[in-house]
Amino acid sequence: MGRIRRLFIPGVDKQLLVRDATKLMPELSRRRFIAGGASLGALTLLTGCDVTDSFSAESMLTQISKFNDAVQAAMFNPNTLAPTFPESAITRPFPFNGYYALEDAPDIDGKDWKLEVRGLVENKKSWTLDELYKLPQENQITRHICVEGWSAIGSWTGVRLSHFLQLVGADTKAKYVWFNCADVDGYNSPLDMPSALHPQTQMTFRFDNQILPRAYGYPMKIRVPTKLGFKNPKYVVSLEVTNDYKGGYWEDQGYNSFSGS
Amino acid sequence: MSSISADHSSATAPAATTNRIIQPAWVRIVHWINAVAMILMIMSGWQIYNASPLFSFTFSRSITLGGWLGGALMWHFAAMWLLMVNGLVYLTLGLVTGRFRKKLLPITVDGVVGDTKAALTGKLSHADLSTYNYVQKLLYAGIIVVGILIVLSGLAIWKPVQLQWLTAVFGGYEAARYVHFFCMAAIVGFTVIHVVLALLVPKSLRAMIIGR
Repeated sequence: MGRIRRLFIPGVDKQLLVRDATKLMPELSRRRFIAGGASLGALTLLTGCDVTDSFSAESMLTQISKFNDAVQAAMFNPNTLAPTFPESAITRPFPFNGYYALEDAPDIDGKDWKLEVRGLVENKKSWTLDELYKLPQENQITRHICVEGWSAIGSWTGVRLSHFLQLVGADTKAKYVWFNCADVDGYNSPLDMPSALHPQTQMTFRFDNQILPRAYGYPMKIRVPTKLGFKNPKYVVSLEVTNDYKGGYWEDQGYNSFSGS
Repeated sequence: MSSISADHSSATAPAATTNRIIQPAWVRIVHWINAVAMILMIMSGWQIYNASPLFSFTFSRSITLGGWLGGALMWHFAAMWLLMVNGLVYLTLGLVTGRFRKKLLPITVDGVVGDTKAALTGKLSHADLSTYNYVQKLLYAGIIVVGILIVLSGLAIWKPVQLQWLTAVFGGYEAARYVHFFCMAAIVGFTVIHVVLALLVPKSLRAMIIGR
């Protein structure tokens, strides 16, 4: 350890250096996943493929995951509303959840922030927070379900995404609305259009009747009660209406892209 | 030899004597597909559990599948199809061919108590594999019910919005997670007993492989 420590150049922030170095390395968890797949000899029974070629196990699972996307899209009923709860059911404190600590979360100045609108829309003008706040808002108390299995009930207030898409003249026959976020590594996530148009899908500006705190995605989060939590992007800076599947931060690492609930 | 086995074999004698096959081919096929599907589901399920444990323990990584949550979910949602299709084939054929009725019914309290005593005192015979004793009947019927419950509770936590009526039947999302976990525990417990007994009575294992 002492030898490694001596390698650091004085004056360099060690933590930042380590973080940058980690980013350059292959994703550890992905490597574990591949190893896990390769160790399973029983897979030969199912596929007849060579399991020593671990990538074939991974590609088979990826294919089935895409099939599951299609099944979930078929199961999705645009008229089914997520269950709502009374105020007494709200989880307090509502958990902060991220792949980073809260102090590393984007710290956005609402005065400078603008929502960029791109892609298949008639009006590509950017929107300030004040302009968005003036749109009709509604409140909903729904359960947020994390891909990890835990859940929490929260109260969200904001503008229906479908209303906003209509307002900017979005092509609602396009396949996706793709969100980009202010996180340092550019968190992004695609949302299928039927889910984007769901009446409970919201551009959220308030949590529990307070201006959305930094922990929950200030200044704007997309709240999708029909999806798992990671499909609810926080600190959103742009949305793009598109027919191309552009992947997402977690989707690219193997989480099922539809991830409907 | 136990008189209990002898009594039941007379009830199913025609099938047993005209054809020596103890486990028909379809039973053997669905049994082993189910074994593979269950192992994949349980090992990947343990990895998923580890991401947000319900209790104060986690499962050792050495007995989980998928390497991390994303990989485990992929395995779980892939093996799910194998488990569900195979399970539906099993239930359909079990009902249509009358196998469930012939093999598993009736289950009486007296029979279960009597056979449990016989088993504990070493007097329960496995001479006739074509008939199940009452303890077996109860366990096999019970595990079929648990199998149905684990699939339904799994669907309830997978689709708590689209299938919210089903989630409500289990008492809500959180309760359905516990049901899913306890069904897993029951299946693991059953499997341990099942495998130990199959090894103690090797001809039952042979019958499940080659049919006789």
